[in-house]
Amino acid sequence: MPGFDFSNHNRNAALHAQGVPLPKATSTGTTIVGCLYDGGVVIAADTRATSGPIVADKNCEKLHYISPQIWCAGAGTAADTEFTTALISSNLELHALSTGRTPRVVTCMTLLKQHLFRYQGHIGAYLVVAGVDPTGAHLFTVHAHGSTDKLPYVTMGSGSLAAMSVFETQWKRSLSRDDAVKLCADAIQAGIFNDLGSGSNVDVAVITAEKTTLMRNYITPNVREKKQRNYRFERGTTAVLAEKVIKREEISKYVTVHELSDESVAGAAEKMDVDL
Amino acid sequence: MAINFKDGVILGADSRTTTGAYIANRVTDKLTQVHDTIWCCRSGSAADTQAVADIVHYHLGMYGITNDEAPTTQTAAAIFQELCYDNKDQLSAGMIIAGYDHRHGGQVYSIPLGGSLHKQAYAIGGSGSTYIYGYCDANWKEGMTEEEGVNFVKGALREAIRWDGSSGGVIRMVVLTAKGAVRHLYLPHVDYKGPGVDSVKI
Repeated sequence: MPGFDFSNHNRNAALHAQGVPLPKATSTGTTIVGCLYDGGVVIAADTRATSGPIVADKNCEKLHYISPQIWCAGAGTAADTEFTTALISSNLELHALSTGRTPRVVTCMTLLKQHLFRYQGHIGAYLVVAGVDPTGAHLFTVHAHGSTDKLPYVTMGSGSLAAMSVFETQWKRSLSRDDAVKLCADAIQAGIFNDLGSGSNVDVAVITAEKTTLMRNYITPNVREKKQRNYRFERGTTAVLAEKVIKREEISKYVTVHELSDESVAGAAEKMDVDL
Repeated sequence: MAINFKDGVILGADSRTTTGAYIANRVTDKLTQVHDTIWCCRSGSAADTQAVADIVHYHLGMYGITNDEAPTTQTAAAIFQELCYDNKDQLSAGMIIAGYDHRHGGQVYSIPLGGSLHKQAYAIGGSGSTYIYGYCDANWKEGMTEEEGVNFVKGALREAIRWDGSSGGVIRMVVLTAKGAVRHLYLPHVDYKGPGVDSVKI
């Protein structure tokens, strides 16, 4: 049966009991959002991945492909969001091929929730599912334990509170495409600037009935400045007190050199790459 | 909560979903359809109750097609009970099932945490229910009209929302009669005439 192998769990628990610290998972201490608008749906994410207090990746991708018209934004454990979305993407494509129909967002959401519920929260994937199918534009959140919500605007991750405050103050019933993109980008920026777990850039995806537009690094509010100084020393900075050159021919003065008699061994030695 | 009234049943619930101290959804729909005129109120873990309701929804759909006859509320409640009892160690799901069928009319069943099944005149559940046992007991009447029933549920949920921090948002209701299902939506503070109106700001 496909799925995860938990056979190392007991070993890890025993090791942990002896005082060995458990390995840290890379967590996407994240801000992800989604918003429905009149012509489709927008999702957006920040691009910071963290491992404990360390920024593991300054420009990671949290917008995952499911099908051409369905995309996911992922928070939680990076590996889990990556593999869960890839698995459901695969299953949904097989389903689309066997039915001859374009996949629906509810189908995707149901596959995700049933998969995550089966693993009782051990798969730490918190997802915003968005897409357009023949029944219209849809937006869902799926939590690691398998619960789902259907709302016109959603936020998830450690920056969800900052992002939600933007939606709760700015959101309107009727939004244009540009309004929705701006609102989502603003919500992500609220996460980037106010949540320590979120940072770097804004990725946005706009899904309409016609096409999906992925805008990678739509806003880059944290461009690294050019260093004002460099620490390369000019030639001649250090005084040369003495200089001595040893040639290859004179090497036998300093080390013992044996000529190898066996031809094959000598041939092999000549073929070796030596870093100079 | 769910109640019986003269022409059928009424289900009601608040709309708050929390993760710790954070309100994850302030407009949640906890009234879930599992067949044409069989609905349930979900309380406890959102993931668990959604999973259980989805499975029952599937079974009742199958039942309706294979038997060419709509399932009764009792059948639905029995399927709920089997799932809740068999998996009691892994679930935290408090369910109230209410439905209308032409054989038995309106019925209300309650399945608390252990997985027992109780047929009741009215049922309350969830964290806010402890605050309204007194209200419900004092105001309950057999054979209420639809208007009386709606006011009873609305009044009870208002108090639950008022006193329970984990309950809040809006009041959702579903009225189930021979005519089918009708949804209602109310804001808890509008036209509130309970005690302490002047002294407590909402």
